[in-house]
Amino acid sequence: MKKTMLRGAIAAAAMIVGAQGALAQDADSLTINGEIDIVTEAPAAAHLDGALRTVYSGWRFRSDETQAMEMDDFDNPGMLAVEDAMVAWNTAEGTEGKSCADCHGDAAESMTNVRAVYPRWNEEAGELRNLQMQIDACRTEQMGAEAWGLDKTPMLNMEALISSVGRGTIVNVAIDGPVADMWEQGRELYYTRTGQLELSCANCHEDNYGNYIRADHLSQGQINGFPTYRLKNAKLNGVQGRFRGCVRDTRAETYAVGSPEFMALELYVASRGNGLAVEGPSVRN
Amino acid sequence: MKRIIPFTAAAVIAAGMVTAETAPEDVVFGEYGEIAESLTGVAGDPAEGEKVMTSRGLGNCIACHQVTALEDYPFHGEVGPSLDGAGSRWDEAQLRGIVAGAKNTFPDSMMPSFYKSTGFIRIGDAFTGKAGSDPTTPLLTAQQIEDVVAYLMTLQD
Ligand code: HEC
Ligand code: HEC
Repeated sequence: MKKTMLRGAIAAAAMIVGAQGALAQDADSLTINGEIDIVTEAPAAAHLDGALRTVYSGWRFRSDETQAMEMDDFDNPGMLAVEDAMVAWNTAEGTEGKSCADCHGDAAESMTNVRAVYPRWNEEAGELRNLQMQIDACRTEQMGAEAWGLDKTPMLNMEALISSVGRGTIVNVAIDGPVADMWEQGRELYYTRTGQLELSCANCHEDNYGNYIRADHLSQGQINGFPTYRLKNAKLNGVQGRFRGCVRDTRAETYAVGSPEFMALELYVASRGNGLAVEGPSVRN
Repeated sequence: MKRIIPFTAAAVIAAGMVTAETAPEDVVFGEYGEIAESLTGVAGDPAEGEKVMTSRGLGNCIACHQVTALEDYPFHGEVGPSLDGAGSRWDEAQLRGIVAGAKNTFPDSMMPSFYKSTGFIRIGDAFTGKAGSDPTTPLLTAQQIEDVVAYLMTLQD
């Protein structure tokens, strides 16, 4: 028995090494509309502690056809959402009778470095906000309008608009100061093996990116491309909605979109992508 | 860490009369993670095992493993090693241990425990995302484990 055991163990070890040595991502480079260069590969930030050497956008793991849809705004279905949001940007609403444009002018000028730094600490409110929370804060506090609600269609559209004008900007999410504890909590969640399948985010997106699982090619689970237009459900998808899907797939009880746990996780996962470029609305399967 | 529950002959005989099924919490893993005794006392059926290996709602082993003999089923995963020749590399007790609770053989393995009912973090109700019960129903039944083991034994070099 011992002898077989050893042989088995060696075979398994050899295969595991083999799997990790597999070419994970393709070598394609991404330029949108022939003019916006997108960094899809960067040295991992120091706070990843060597867990990854290089970070890659999810774009690098998709098929050529899916990749191509993101290279031209006319082929990117997510850009239709951006057009809708452009109308909303200029529409006055609420008790103050103001539009986004009344305070922020042309989004293509004022919003280029926004998506890249969210989630972000809001000093005045004393809370960590992701981009969607900030948008609703503007609506309720500045415009006296009704909140759209997290992951609702007009919200995802506006998030897509703000992302689109920031495409190419390098993600640079702050992890220190008032958010340090939340970042730690997010890291812990990232490495916790949940559900009946006992899988953590890291099991799939750190240990196995580049490998096929359940008929899908695993990426690093980066969020620089959000909101993502997914061919699978033919609509824009928010970051935390995506987290829910992944947690559910471990046969676990998920957290709610907007929960403190998912806020912490979003902060942490966003910071894993520091160095990549804003890419949303991206196209994924 | 590991729950070693003494398995007395009397208990086996007493249980064996009605159903010889070992409950997940009573499974005894050996030093290397193997399970010496059949979980049911009924020989596994390799044809049933093949179904479990390839069905999304059951073991779905090919989600992570490549198996040449199962090439007719699409989309084999690359997360685990190829199972070709697994029946030559491992004996029956070892395969039973790997399928029922792989982490006893490979510490920290990514492979789920298919015959385990408790000790999970945020256990869900299948793929609903809602809270599940603790203890929960194992991913596979005792007989399905035996069927899968019987199938794996057919994978000879
Ligand atoms: C069982 C494996 C598995 C686990 C565990 C898992 N994911 Fe995923 N995840 C996938 C697959 C498969 C995809 C789709 C392919 C891809 O983009 O990697 C995906 C996609 C994603 C994406 C979209 C990436 C993109 O570019 O569009 C994000 C973000 C993500 N996962 C984050 C997470 C986080 C955070 C966790 C933990 C809470 C997690 N995942 C746990 C399998 C998993
Ligand atoms: C989520 C991924 C995953 C699933 C699902 C999975 N396995 Fe595995 N399996 C692994 C990994 C990874 C290993 C390598 C051992 C380690 O973790 O060190 C492994 C190892 C094995 C081995 C030993 C490999 C060898 O030949 O040396 C066998 C046998 C095995 N698995 C059978 C199964 C069976 C049968 C099923 C379904 C009932 C299954 N696995 C489902 C990930 C998985």
